[in-house]
Amino acid sequence: MSSGSGSLPRYIAQRLLLMIPMIWLIVTMVFILLRVAPGDPVTAAVGGKLNEEALDARRAALGLDRPLIVQYLDYLGDIATLDFGKTISDNRPITSIIVDNGGATLSLTIGAFAFALLMGIPLGLLAGRYRDSAGDVVIRIFGVVSYAAPIFFIGLLMQIWVAGPLGLPTSDIASPITKFQVEPVTHILLLDAIIAGDTESTVDVLKHHVLPCFTLGLLLSGVFIRLVRVNLLMTLKGDYVEAARARGIPERYVIRRHAFRNALVPVITVLGLQVALTLSGALLTESTFNWPGLGTQLIDYLTARDYAAVQGLVTFFAVVVVVVSLLVDVINAAIDPRVRY
Amino acid sequence: MLNRLLAPFRNTTGLARWILVTGIVITIAFVVMAVFAPWLAPLDFNQQKVDGVKLPKLAAPSDDYWFGTSDQFYDVFSRVIWGARTALVVVTLSVLFSVLIGVPLGLISGFVGGWTDRMLVFVMDALYAFPTLLLAIVFSFLLRDALGGGVTAAALSLTVIYIPQYFRVVRNTTVSARESTYVEAARAIGAKNSSIMGRYLFGNVIQSVPVIGTLNAADAIGTLAALGFLGFGIQPNEASEWGYDLNRALDDASSGIWWTALFPGLAIVFLITGLTLVGEGLNETVNPSLRKRRIRKVEMPPNEPTTALVEGRTR
Amino acid sequence: MTELYDAPVAARDDNAPVIDAQDIRIWYGSERGPVKAVDGVSFSLRKGEILGLVGESGCGKSTIGRGLLGLLPPGAEMDGALRFKGEDLLALPKKEMFAKRGAELGMIFQEPLTRLNPLMRISEHFEETLRTHEKSIGKEEIQRRALEVLRLMGIPPTRYRSYPHEFSGGMRQRLMIALALVLRPAFVVADEPTTALDVLVEAQIIRILHSLRSEFETSLLLITHNLGIIAEACDRVAVMYAGEIVEIGDAREVFSDPQHPYTRELLRSTISLSTTGLNFIPGAPPDLVNPPTGCHFHPRCPDAMNICATRHPVQHAMPNGTRVQCWAADLAHGRAPDLTEDDTAPLVREEISVADEA
Repeated sequence: MSSGSGSLPRYIAQRLLLMIPMIWLIVTMVFILLRVAPGDPVTAAVGGKLNEEALDARRAALGLDRPLIVQYLDYLGDIATLDFGKTISDNRPITSIIVDNGGATLSLTIGAFAFALLMGIPLGLLAGRYRDSAGDVVIRIFGVVSYAAPIFFIGLLMQIWVAGPLGLPTSDIASPITKFQVEPVTHILLLDAIIAGDTESTVDVLKHHVLPCFTLGLLLSGVFIRLVRVNLLMTLKGDYVEAARARGIPERYVIRRHAFRNALVPVITVLGLQVALTLSGALLTESTFNWPGLGTQLIDYLTARDYAAVQGLVTFFAVVVVVVSLLVDVINAAIDPRVRY
Repeated sequence: MLNRLLAPFRNTTGLARWILVTGIVITIAFVVMAVFAPWLAPLDFNQQKVDGVKLPKLAAPSDDYWFGTSDQFYDVFSRVIWGARTALVVVTLSVLFSVLIGVPLGLISGFVGGWTDRMLVFVMDALYAFPTLLLAIVFSFLLRDALGGGVTAAALSLTVIYIPQYFRVVRNTTVSARESTYVEAARAIGAKNSSIMGRYLFGNVIQSVPVIGTLNAADAIGTLAALGFLGFGIQPNEASEWGYDLNRALDDASSGIWWTALFPGLAIVFLITGLTLVGEGLNETVNPSLRKRRIRKVEMPPNEPTTALVEGRTR
Repeated sequence: MTELYDAPVAARDDNAPVIDAQDIRIWYGSERGPVKAVDGVSFSLRKGEILGLVGESGCGKSTIGRGLLGLLPPGAEMDGALRFKGEDLLALPKKEMFAKRGAELGMIFQEPLTRLNPLMRISEHFEETLRTHEKSIGKEEIQRRALEVLRLMGIPPTRYRSYPHEFSGGMRQRLMIALALVLRPAFVVADEPTTALDVLVEAQIIRILHSLRSEFETSLLLITHNLGIIAEACDRVAVMYAGEIVEIGDAREVFSDPQHPYTRELLRSTISLSTTGLNFIPGAPPDLVNPPTGCHFHPRCPDAMNICATRHPVQHAMPNGTRVQCWAADLAHGRAPDLTEDDTAPLVREEISVADEA
């Protein structure tokens, strides 16, 4: 915290260095859990379908007949070059799954965050500003319940009661015809439709986004409401707020300029902490809305008992969580002049 | 003893007390449902026939079947009641397990320090960074081979998620308590190391555990349901589980069948809300700094300067 | 009654008080009943005068400072008469009070480290303050005036666009003073301005505060528990005990010839180079919900008489010009002619002797 000691680039370098052991540990844990613990993954995935020689050939092809330590070092080397391995059941590179299905997960989570911020920040500020009023109580109950309600339950209710009247689709990221028509460029369907200049497809994709994004966003908005409200209450008690009042700064200006602004800064940090929650939420949202993202892929491979695929995808998720947390910290350091050490 | 149990009530006022009481009432309602499920539920959780006659499939709520029936010929009302038992058993077990593992680990880490501490903190941080649901899925996926898809496997998969939280809180409290003066004082009067650890620190730490425990229980209900919804939870032949029922309801949603989704879903929402409210209420009593001091109106007697009064008498 | 107070004799002349407080009471609500943080306090300040307000922590001195600026927390009640340049501040609408704060009434706080918004540059603090009170002020004028006060506080103009965390504690307190003075308020409350700072910086801040009267003609209420600061910087001093002013007068008179036993004990408990032992006043500051009957100080007073435990003393002027609220002082200077022999017999206190034996 001491002033002026660290420049931003130095801070980023420090954080990057700290990130490497963390990723190493997670990767190792995933390896132990999914590669060492369960026994032979090939038998688990395709056991009944092939004879023993074919299974041996599969093991050899995947390098599973080598000593575990060799496999482990090999695996570490692969991760370092961003190669997450291949599936056993359909022999597909994990990287290609990430490219093909990652876009759907990305657009889902971004949309959800947009909803969450749009609902959560104003409601949280309102509740904190008018503490203990009827509005505060209602907003707080909404916050608790939206956090308590499981995503798939909200998703189900949306499908039963909301989708029909609003004419919104309840499944998949787009109609089959749209998927067929839009050329994959970025692998984010919404962007691809916009790039193609196809209004009809764009609207179709957008419509498909509404319910899943809202459902996931609702969960996150509860987090933001609580956070923003508590932050605002704390800043309103802050010494510099009192000092500003003592200089005659009018109350509404004190609240807008000193309290709101300072209450919103930690939101960015928490945004980073919510990456894990968002990922869990996305997994459930995808299952509920049959969304073709990475979550459904993971569930499919889990059901197929494809350990290699699960290992690759779980490693990828873990790396994403760590990297995004780092990014958020860096953004935070760039915004808040105090954070640098 | 009773005094200590009632302390949270007496220490809170207004909204905080209201929150605590509402939470406790909701939670107790579910505990009653869980304990008395065999008497409260008209049918068994996996009963499809009454007197040899199969239940109707997907019947809407009626006098016979209050919450309707499901696509598997189950009575939804009975499933919801039995589900409370499953949820509470699993959650109690998992919170118990994680306390039993997390608290001692945290105490050891904080008290021993050095490399043990560093390694444990490192591993726990890595576990904590992991998306909880993903962790639970992976563990239930692995435990299924060893333990089957029952209550124990589910409880153990949830346990893994919550260990780091207890570890963190206990370790941090231990470290700061170790430094603080009263432990020093205990050393000075010649208390043994083990008794310092046992009495002073544990007493200090034990305060925050109920709060985390309740909040974790709330979270665990959601995670258990999520596991069930994704098909990695408790198998339907083992026990009635709300998340699994919601998964089944997904297929009926498009045809406008709402009762198979609404009732188990509401049960989850209520139980989580109840437990969260209890946790929040406890938190406010344990951390008085969160509490807002109630503003009391001041009645000032009319300003007759005491000086003038006494003045009159002295002259 | 008129002889009781420094009365506003010639209200319009230059000697008229800037701040005139009469019988101020500030009570807080609490579970146990009202906390009488300030209970019947009167004083006044002339232009350019520095009044030191001294007392133990929890005696109500900070509450007065906040009360004068209308910065009391919700749940506090205040009454009495508070005039600023003849205008009744307590009757002022909230909005006009806001306009007065910063422009005519300033405040300097105890902890400078947390009093500046960490996300705002120093320049932004000045812009905000000046714009609030002078709507049409231009950017260049803001900078010119801000840099002028900053120069007086010894802050180089190159630091104008820095963030608060880039300054040391002493510099931040100078920034706070600059911010409080940029609008040249006629009256400033400084609430323990040096308590959080180290001794060298303390001396520097006190010098700055002392020079305010020549630079700005500001009247200053300097709240502190440090008698050294009072002796160094103040013209007059008011000693507070349990929500009341027990002695007020010329600083040199009060220090050289303290009339109230509390003032005397307070002076004795100050460490100086000549002291050999460490003096302290036995007992704890009184409970402000149920203060002791009679004189609030009697349970701790070495000179306590029987009357002190039963009747509240009245403030009287002493021959040296100070005003004191004490039966013993009254007796010594013939201000309490009708006291009986029993009244003036030394008070017997059992609890103290028990404590001595222990």
